[in-house]
Amino acid sequence: MLDKSKIGKEYPEIRFEVEKGKIREFARAIGDKSPVYYDEEAAKEEGYEGLVMPPTFPTTFTAFSITGGGLFRIIDDLKIDLIKVLHGGQEYEYVKPIKPGDTVTGKTKILDMFEKSGKGGTMDFLVLETTYSNQDGEKVLIDRSTVIIRN
Amino acid sequence: MAAKKVYFEDVNVGDNIPELVKPPIDETQLVMYAGASGDFNPLHTVHAFGEKAGFGGVIAHGMLSMGFVGQVMTDWVGNKALAKLSVNFRTITKPKDVVTCKGTITKKYSEGDRNLVDVDLVAQNQKGEKTIVGKATAVLPSKS
Repeated sequence: MLDKSKIGKEYPEIRFEVEKGKIREFARAIGDKSPVYYDEEAAKEEGYEGLVMPPTFPTTFTAFSITGGGLFRIIDDLKIDLIKVLHGGQEYEYVKPIKPGDTVTGKTKILDMFEKSGKGGTMDFLVLETTYSNQDGEKVLIDRSTVIIRN
Repeated sequence: MAAKKVYFEDVNVGDNIPELVKPPIDETQLVMYAGASGDFNPLHTVHAFGEKAGFGGVIAHGMLSMGFVGQVMTDWVGNKALAKLSVNFRTITKPKDVVTCKGTITKKYSEGDRNLVDVDLVAQNQKGEKTIVGKATAVLPSKS
């Protein structure tokens, strides 16, 4: 059972610098060969300013935040056993393009916590939301993540 | 692999978007994805941990499969068009699984000067089990 008094809690700022190399590495791991992730000229021919971010690339923002952070910090704070954790759902709202050279910042907030009963017993759900802005203060992305804790 | 231009006028509710069949997941890919994404949960790379967690071995990152679902959208309409992507993870994906991503247009509408479509997405394994169900919203260019 999660500590519901922590609903609304906000964690310290995440900061991530968007780099071309990381975009290429990420696209390669997914096995997505679209040239807009690897080749600047090809991306420009498609009408972009340069390399483009794959849709799920923002998962790296928390994991590689230069100010620390990430899901593991929240799991630790809530005293959740990592072996019970599963990713239940993920949502991205793309507000403005995020480009190499950008620095994005955001704070993760606990949006909700609830329980659900299923075949395997009761499971806890944790909903997190992070709104990211770029270096010009423009809102660029909303990230909502649902974490399942199996009991 | 560059996305062809898909115009708002050319799509209709009920249309299926081009399917994406990914090569079988292999364990090297899970190691690559762990490094690339920064998700170092040992469930995805350390066999003993996967066994202890009750999965009989490593399982794929849910976000890797969401990456495939993102790809089926960007292959179709390109990156700039994508306004929203959301998924629920249904069934775990394991090494050797072959994931196929599909999508169907469920809504076609305009908001202000933006022409939008909503797409229901699904990723399934070789047994036909749904590993992901999701939704996307894309902004499509108009011919006029």
